[in-house]
Amino acid sequence: MTQEIISAIIVSVIAFFTVYVSTPFLIKGLEKRNFTVKDYNKKETTMVARPGGISIIAGILTSEFVLYGFFQINEILVVIITTFLAFIIGIIDDRKVMSGWFKPIALGAATIPIILFGAYDSNLAFPLFGEVTIPALYLGIIVVMIPITGNTINSIDVLNGVASGFMTIAGFALTTCLFIIQNYEIAIVSLPLGFVALAFYKYHKFPSKIFPGDSGALTFGGMYGALAIVGGVEIIAAIILLPAVINSFLFLSSMKRIVEHREIKAKPVEHTEDFNLKATTEKFAPVTLVRLILAGGPLSEKQVAHTIFKLTIFSSILGIISAFMMGVSL
Amino acid sequence: MRGSSIFIFIGMMWALLIVGGGIVVTILGPISITGYGDLNQMIASGIKAITAIILVIIWIVILSKMNKWIFHKEIKS
Repeated sequence: MTQEIISAIIVSVIAFFTVYVSTPFLIKGLEKRNFTVKDYNKKETTMVARPGGISIIAGILTSEFVLYGFFQINEILVVIITTFLAFIIGIIDDRKVMSGWFKPIALGAATIPIILFGAYDSNLAFPLFGEVTIPALYLGIIVVMIPITGNTINSIDVLNGVASGFMTIAGFALTTCLFIIQNYEIAIVSLPLGFVALAFYKYHKFPSKIFPGDSGALTFGGMYGALAIVGGVEIIAAIILLPAVINSFLFLSSMKRIVEHREIKAKPVEHTEDFNLKATTEKFAPVTLVRLILAGGPLSEKQVAHTIFKLTIFSSILGIISAFMMGVSL
Repeated sequence: MRGSSIFIFIGMMWALLIVGGGIVVTILGPISITGYGDLNQMIASGIKAITAIILVIIWIVILSKMNKWIFHKEIKS
């Protein structure tokens, strides 16, 4: 047990400080090379460095490789490879304009290491009702899990600090759930996700100094999905992710097809005179979580972000309740 | 509270997931087919997969109805 506690502390510190220290250098480097994008939610023209996925993946890889020194288990390698593949897919999308189908298909392919290493249990566990064995169907779940988690985190990355703040809450909630169901090794493997997201939030929060980009959002989502599968907490992970799932669900159900944000003509949100955010009345604009939050009236960017965090805390509590319910059988 | 109906929506989604889990474990899980030799497991998996897809479609339809109801309510408030 002592080794587990020491390794948990070490990887947490490494994950946090790798991102905390490297991100300011990354911001300077990106700004120097003119890798910046306009922050459309600011009154004055503000250019923000992008992509921050580079420091995020650095924090995850460094801490997970150190952890592999403590525990030589396949699950760590699977999390490393899948997360790195998600990062590569994201960095391609950051640099080149890809079609709406590119990310789901490529992220589906990124699940191959999980299947090849056999780092999964084909029993799907549900709160209260126990497990169901679905070997063939479970392979399908693996293939769609990473595209879903990757794209949901990517789709919620619309305001300053939201993706990293969301992932900080969701990451720590997932770790807590893994501890509750006594899957201690994977709980430790999941610790870097929360700490990396927390360190990145320092620079991503309002007003952002850096954006994670697709590479950052897909790295977060890819790692989260991989942890859910190797930790056997697919349903709990989905519950924690519900605010982001709702966002994707609302978007898809209103657009009726997979489409990139840049392809959308009618915007769901516009600015008031004092540059607060308000929902548009555009009939063909997609319905999103932000638009739903703003339906009651205009709010500042910071207030919308805080509402999303409250929703994430709520879904995390439901996830933790569900983890306790795993030990109860009807 | 702002977005209170979204909290209700999340709570409903959670409840639907738990109930859906119950249906999957108690009805879908025990399905087994005999009399087709080596094809038994494949046929059983196919039936489970089709039933699971139907359940997901029902789940999406229920959520779509709830989404419309909640979104209209939110605009009016």
